[in-house]
Amino acid sequence: MTEPMIDRAIFDELEEAAGPEFVAELVDTFLTEAPLMLDELRHSFAQREADNFRRAAHSLKSNANTFGAHTLGAMAKELELGGLAPVAEANGQPIEALAQEYARVAAALTELRDA
Amino acid sequence: MRENATGAARLLVADDNKVNRLLLTRSLELQGHRVATAENGRVALEMLRRESFDLLLLDMEMPEMDGFQVLEQLAADLQLRDLPVIVTSSLEGIANVVRCIELGAEDYLAKPVNPVLLKARLGASLEKKRLRDQQKEWMRRFATREVAQDLQQSGFALGGKRVHGAVMFTDIRGFTALAETQPPEETIELLNTYYTLMFDAIASHGGVVTLMAGDGLMAVFGAPLPLPDPCAGAVRTALEMIETMELFNLERVAADKPQIKIGIGIASGEMVAGYAGTNERATYTCIGDTVNLASRLEGYTKVAKRTILIDGATRAALSDRVQVESLGPVPIKGKAAPVDVFSVTLGQKL
Repeated sequence: MTEPMIDRAIFDELEEAAGPEFVAELVDTFLTEAPLMLDELRHSFAQREADNFRRAAHSLKSNANTFGAHTLGAMAKELELGGLAPVAEANGQPIEALAQEYARVAAALTELRDA
Repeated sequence: MRENATGAARLLVADDNKVNRLLLTRSLELQGHRVATAENGRVALEMLRRESFDLLLLDMEMPEMDGFQVLEQLAADLQLRDLPVIVTSSLEGIANVVRCIELGAEDYLAKPVNPVLLKARLGASLEKKRLRDQQKEWMRRFATREVAQDLQQSGFALGGKRVHGAVMFTDIRGFTALAETQPPEETIELLNTYYTLMFDAIASHGGVVTLMAGDGLMAVFGAPLPLPDPCAGAVRTALEMIETMELFNLERVAADKPQIKIGIGIASGEMVAGYAGTNERATYTCIGDTVNLASRLEGYTKVAKRTILIDGATRAALSDRVQVESLGPVPIKGKAAPVDVFSVTLGQKL
């Protein structure tokens, strides 16, 4: 993964519009909520609950795009549109790839928040 | 309407995602609006039914009740169908956007929502709502609630439909002579008081005022919405009007002013109800023999020296429930054969 985790232009725009302090809180909220969404992805995949799976992927995509995390957003969008079948074919691997990308995004966001 | 003079509105944000909810709320608050939030469609609907909001910002993908279901429920709800909705979503596919608009959403903003775009779209939607609210307010003032509701539900179309109901005509005795003896301002004031009292009596028994001309009033019972017992509604209204006028006259006598006497004619049967006029200017009215007869009966009160006259059909519909004095078959202008006319005994309860 050579491209940066976070699109700085989008993140800066967000800070300018909503205020840095608010964005710091928003990052905290995301860091609390995103692991729950990943859990939901794993759980709904295991239970083959298509609606919940789609909704969790959709939420992650939406939040990733808010912070300018394009790669994470694109991966989540693939899960949202693709549904359970391709993930099952790949033995759940796409979810774990998403979780790894999230870990990188979380680290980058934490750094930006504390900057 | 909650929107105040500064353009600040009361908004509801419905989104299951906390980050989205916080961010949208922040953007809207920075624009000076007051914001409440709901975490799914079901909660949003509950809040909308409980509190008053100027606009809903609606996410589509939500658990329990999604945005599409919310739009459907809003469209089916008479109180909420005019609430403007801006969909904020990152739904994939143009078909979903089209579906939102078809379901009545005012606008669609893709997430992440651009604050400048949000402000512009929100301003436009709120302005449209303000105009709609104003129109509704005018409609309330110039049409009755039932007619306004009928218009909102069925839309406007010239033409009528056959309904069964009762028609009532009233006017003030010797109004012209009265008007000549007092300043016009006093006459207007008298008319306003009179209309207020009469409208109240008519509306409380399910009637609709369809015509006001000088001191004359026409009211219909059973249109645009059917009534289970239109004749009883009309006669009860007439009796209540007379009682009210007696009280009003006590005040006038005390103020050394001449008393006001009114005459009332009621007929019932089939008539055609609907909007007559042109597409630019029309009025809700009822026409037909029943209407003509009610008007003639009202005129005949002066000849018969009675206060409330009803036709045979109204008498038959009420049978023993109403005490009347039969005036027998009476020749009525415009009718080939004499018509059975009854005078309603005053002071009775129906």
